[in-house]
Amino acid sequence: MTMGEPALRLTGISKRFGALLANDDISLELGRGEVLALLGENGAGKSTLVSILFGDYRPDAGSVEAFGRRLEPGDPAAALAAGIGMVHQHFTLADNLDVLDNVLIGTEPWWRPMSRRTAARSRLLELAARFGLQVDPSARVGDLSIGEKQRVEILKALYREARILILDEPTAVLAPQESIQLFATLRSFVEAGLSIIFISHKLGEVLSVSDRIAVLRQGRLEAVLPTHQADAPTLSMLMVGRSIERPVRPAPMQPAAGQAAIPALSVDRVDVREGARQLLRSASLSVNPGEIVAIAGIAGNGQQALADLVCGLRSPDAGTVRVEGKALGADPIEWIRAGVGRIPEDRQHLGVIAAASIAENAVAEHYREPPYARGGWRIDRAAIDQAATRIVADYDVRCRDIGQATSQLSGGNIQKLLLGRVLSRHPRLIIADQPTWGLDVGAIAWIHARLMSAAAQGAAVLLISEELDEIFALADRIAVISHGQLSGALPVSHWTIQSLGLAMTGSLKHQQAASDAT
Amino acid sequence: MRLERRDVVPREALVLAPLTAVAVTLAVCALLVAWAGAPVGRTYALLFEGAFGSRFALTETLTRATPLMFTGMATAVAFRARFFNIGAEGQLYLGALAAVAVGGLHDGSGFDLPVPLHFALMILAGMAAGGALVLGPALLKIRLGVDEVVTTLLLNFIVLLLVSLMLDGPMKDPGAMGWPQSVGLKPELEFTRLIDKSRVHSGLLVAIGLAALTWAVQRFTIWGFEWRSVGTSPSAARFIGIPVNSVVLRAALISGAFAGLAGVSEVAGRAGYLTLDMSPGYGYAGIVIAMLAALNPLGVVLASIFIAGMLVGADGMTREVPVPSYIADVIVAVALISMLVATMLTRYRIRRG
Repeated sequence: MTMGEPALRLTGISKRFGALLANDDISLELGRGEVLALLGENGAGKSTLVSILFGDYRPDAGSVEAFGRRLEPGDPAAALAAGIGMVHQHFTLADNLDVLDNVLIGTEPWWRPMSRRTAARSRLLELAARFGLQVDPSARVGDLSIGEKQRVEILKALYREARILILDEPTAVLAPQESIQLFATLRSFVEAGLSIIFISHKLGEVLSVSDRIAVLRQGRLEAVLPTHQADAPTLSMLMVGRSIERPVRPAPMQPAAGQAAIPALSVDRVDVREGARQLLRSASLSVNPGEIVAIAGIAGNGQQALADLVCGLRSPDAGTVRVEGKALGADPIEWIRAGVGRIPEDRQHLGVIAAASIAENAVAEHYREPPYARGGWRIDRAAIDQAATRIVADYDVRCRDIGQATSQLSGGNIQKLLLGRVLSRHPRLIIADQPTWGLDVGAIAWIHARLMSAAAQGAAVLLISEELDEIFALADRIAVISHGQLSGALPVSHWTIQSLGLAMTGSLKHQQAASDAT
Repeated sequence: MRLERRDVVPREALVLAPLTAVAVTLAVCALLVAWAGAPVGRTYALLFEGAFGSRFALTETLTRATPLMFTGMATAVAFRARFFNIGAEGQLYLGALAAVAVGGLHDGSGFDLPVPLHFALMILAGMAAGGALVLGPALLKIRLGVDEVVTTLLLNFIVLLLVSLMLDGPMKDPGAMGWPQSVGLKPELEFTRLIDKSRVHSGLLVAIGLAALTWAVQRFTIWGFEWRSVGTSPSAARFIGIPVNSVVLRAALISGAFAGLAGVSEVAGRAGYLTLDMSPGYGYAGIVIAMLAALNPLGVVLASIFIAGMLVGADGMTREVPVPSYIADVIVAVALISMLVATMLTRYRIRRG
């Protein structure tokens, strides 16, 4: 498949952040017209490697060549000029500009008084038609769905005549069906002569879309192998370096017969609006003691509003939210006092006070109560340290000492600290919003096991997740959220990956029908 | 070159940072002194002698430092809870005005109250006036999200006009030959002198005591934890059940009260009456002091003495060498910038590439 110079050649790339060796002497080639998958766990060094490729970071050692020419390190402009296009996991689009402006931004010389929008527009439409990437050039980017934003990102790279396209976890924000569509698009790129680096931590996708697979582990290139020689177990072993035991769901406690169980959480016909937008419409849901109910959905379909609602951060515009039969308002302290354990999606900014110590964060929800506050005002450091030491040990938070600032912990350790803070109080209701987002396989299994055992001990668990594997591993019942509407929570046996995917994209069908009609 | 976060902030860096900042400041300002054609060594010697070199110099520096401690603390307390109160100057004047209103010799005699009660009322009136002035901006910020920097800053000018109105009207001293000056304070309400034949008054002790108290509250009570949490991560603070709005309101009111106290202390401790030029920008200098002190109340005490020393020292120096006393302002400004850079470098390191 390769001919002449490879599209990209990385030689001996190393990059260190403090004590962490993010990339350790990585040498790798990308052939012309090839799809190379970069596979690895979170934290394996994939993102660092492509950031070096694209000039966001300057490597401590090593060099990058594109089409035989050495790239100036640490200079994104040089990477762009050499034809490298990047689709970041977190989009780099201006929400307040329209699609055309987002594509044009930075491509026009500053001294030209007028931008040549008509020509640019027709070129953009031509590219879009050629690769089947439908977008409206005059739509405001902020109004687009996530899938559409991704198309704009890709078009942006194509418009700049990218010959090498790097996609960082492109399927993380897509429904299964949308991913399949993306893979078809990638194929058409290859036919048009582009070379592609596809970053993922999902084995299935990597096997179905790539020509070759490079596996990274702890900053080192573990193996490079042709896709037709690879299979899921081998890749998994290469990626994790050990086999991970998947926790198995213990049998849940049965409520005593005759005793009508009050749902731990009941959401009744709730509307949430933000300005003109309806974030949740007439959403109803109940979670009983001992069961795990999962909310599946593509990011941005109302999960945030639902999570805010059941964490006491937001009050509904209509309907009620009850915990054990008692209506609670939008005041987190009420929820804490009601014994609700809340694990927020944004663990760094919502979960912990980054500047406070690990010890303070370990008891943060109860800092004003004895034994942590004496007489309701004086901080008892000894009591806090004692409680924190136990949580850190029980929940395996890796830190130097509990007086350390929490901002110094890794994401996985912050999550364990949060889990410890919540679960050590034995809450009767647990809200887990994307609890394993961005964590490595070991931490994921560990967190799953903790949630399962909490449910087995009678806690009600509401799990909000975008990872279907996680949902199928944990849930008793699954509800789907799409465009602010919540389906009924049906037993897990009712669902398949396919039917769940369809439900998640429910209204995407209408869009497609509309675009087919034109 | 780029900045990289340090995993651990070395302890010695915390001590080294301010010392380095001072050294850099003196080095930079030495260039200006040389440019002005004065001998650098002698100029600095005169500056420090004028600030700390004699009993008189030292007492003058401490007198000047007293209002700075109050306004510096006012700023530090508010900034810590991320309420950017830029209005200490106005709060100072309103506090001073309230002190005169309560304790002044109106119509030659003033209110007839037992001295301890009268004294307490005067202090409380000053603090309440300062706090009341911040109440509006604080509520506007909490309820409507109005930027408190703008509102507190603009109130400064309104207060100055109000003071001007009062000094030319109801509170005008009839014996001041037409100068806009308030009636004097009742003599028995004035602060006691701490040191003979100097202007150092007991306001200094109050300021230092309050700094120590504030430090202890921030360190040992749940208020401190709430302040810090709201100031560094407001959304996480809300999530763990801290009543963010009332913490901000509380910090704002305390801040205003401290600034009001600066005004009381100037009237009752130093001047004995109120004029429109009583504060040469103590409220604004408080911002610089709070930043120099990294918002630490005890640091505020030291930073106030340093800045007061530079201002007092420059007055003496300028009589001996051809350097304008404005050099003090330059030194203060450069010190602030150096300190901010030094503090940043304790948390980040510079890396090439």
